[in-house]
Amino acid sequence: MEIILEIIMIPAVLAIIKIMVVILMFAMPLGTVLTLMERKWSAMIQDRVGPNRANIGKFTGHGALHLAADGLKSIFKEDTMPKGADGFLYLIAPFFGLIAGVATFAIIPLAGPIGDFTFQVTDIEPGLLFIFAITSLSVYGAVLAGTSSNSKFALLGGTRAAAQMISYEVFMGLALMGVFMVYGTTRVSGIVDGQNDYWFGNLIPMWGVLTQPLGFVLFFTALVAETKRAPFDAPEGESEIVAGYFLEYSGMRWSAFMLAEYVALVGVASLITTLFFGGYHVPWLHLWESAPQWLVTILQVIKFSIFTLFFCWFQIQLRWTVPKFRFDQTMALGWKKLLPLSLANVFVTAFVILAFG
Amino acid sequence: MELKVKQVNRLDGAREALYLPALFVGFRLTIKHFWRNLFGSRDVVTINYPEEKRHISARWRGRHRLTRRENGFLSCVACYMCETVCPSKCIHIQAGEHPDLSVEKYPVVFNIDELRCVFCGLCVEACPKDAIRMDTGVISMAYTSRQTFDFTRDLLKDNYDPKAHSNPKYGDSDLPSPANQQEALPNSQGVPAS
Ligand code: SF4
Ligand code: SF4
Repeated sequence: MEIILEIIMIPAVLAIIKIMVVILMFAMPLGTVLTLMERKWSAMIQDRVGPNRANIGKFTGHGALHLAADGLKSIFKEDTMPKGADGFLYLIAPFFGLIAGVATFAIIPLAGPIGDFTFQVTDIEPGLLFIFAITSLSVYGAVLAGTSSNSKFALLGGTRAAAQMISYEVFMGLALMGVFMVYGTTRVSGIVDGQNDYWFGNLIPMWGVLTQPLGFVLFFTALVAETKRAPFDAPEGESEIVAGYFLEYSGMRWSAFMLAEYVALVGVASLITTLFFGGYHVPWLHLWESAPQWLVTILQVIKFSIFTLFFCWFQIQLRWTVPKFRFDQTMALGWKKLLPLSLANVFVTAFVILAFG
Repeated sequence: MELKVKQVNRLDGAREALYLPALFVGFRLTIKHFWRNLFGSRDVVTINYPEEKRHISARWRGRHRLTRRENGFLSCVACYMCETVCPSKCIHIQAGEHPDLSVEKYPVVFNIDELRCVFCGLCVEACPKDAIRMDTGVISMAYTSRQTFDFTRDLLKDNYDPKAHSNPKYGDSDLPSPANQQEALPNSQGVPAS
């Protein structure tokens, strides 16, 4: 027992265990379930029934079995490769997006630390800069898939994806600059703890969304554009370029793209929760001083999960509410409106901090 | 020729440029539907077809059936009216002599190829004896072989049970042979012919 505990507490082993838990018990399952939930929820929005046909005998679970059916189907589907495709790049491209999506969870704390033990894979000093580095990696997935497919639609999609993601990355960073200034750190734990302070005594928690409302809107927009979901789904552009950069893929590799999209969706939701909605901190919980540690941790995990789920839902609702931007509109919105706004946000934040301390 | 151009009034101004007010209008609509369908009264109009069936009117032209007289014998007198009027030539009748002289003829063979039938209902209108109707309410016939669609006389009788005849075949025993016609077929008054 002792030995096992000792082995577990070796930092590397601990990190691997945490990665396993976060990815296999949080990110992946939630992403997978969301693939079904998106179809169910969109059906509710559009007064449809949604998937409910997959069954074992009489049991359908209101469509829950579609998860298993879809998985099985894509495993057994032929993994096709178009003639003239760049074999190696074509085969590895789907996993860039997936890896980038999963890597986001490395710095997200699910609950407050207990002593030395943190509910976070790693709390590195650069913090969010790591996120920026990783999300730019996911551009490669789209670009490589687009260029290696030897298909004109895929190439168009890949080009659009590259242009869109690189432009929106610019002010994704700028939008967060305000948050860095307010909380004075890029370290995620620092930002989360900073949001546990209160204004007017114990009245209003200093959540990022209250200190940086414009930053929140900008950052959220940029992240939605990063995940290439509606209204910024011109790279996929079902109506004009069929499926865009992953047009030629089939079977499990296609599923990898899909899964990457949904993992990224969960990633966006948890980032937003962490940076703008107090992370794991349950507001006003510190007033209850005698609260046992285990209860606090459980409440924190619950609070974090609820907010994450809410933002997953919100993104899906957004996708089924707004029409798609034309590609030039996407670019115009990014460069002409959001970029100046985020710059203004940085200046105003800096001014306020200087003027009022 | 002058080109007709329809001018679309674009909404301009800060409200449109801001994009958010329009977004909230959209959200109000979609969330309303989402919420209503999540709990309580569902707006969904879909009929889950194989499990739920739509109500069809009594006039719906479905699979044919051959009606019977009061004594249970087929009303059809094998007059070939329906076969003649049928636009898709899918009714095939062979008349046989009925022992009861007041009936004279009856169909020994009465086949309808439902695969060729266009469900126009002309056969029903043409029949002088109200012997053929299309009111079974069977609206979907899906089988795996062509022969199955060739509905024979006995399958068309109105005691048709689709399950029992899921793969019907036209066997000899289905046809009364001249030898046992006498016993097998009651006359129009319901009194056995012998
Ligand atoms: S419904 Fe029309 S096509 Fe069909 S058997 Fe009767 S007459 Fe022929
Ligand atoms: S079904 Fe009617 S029209 Fe057709 S042969 Fe029989 S009696 Fe004549």
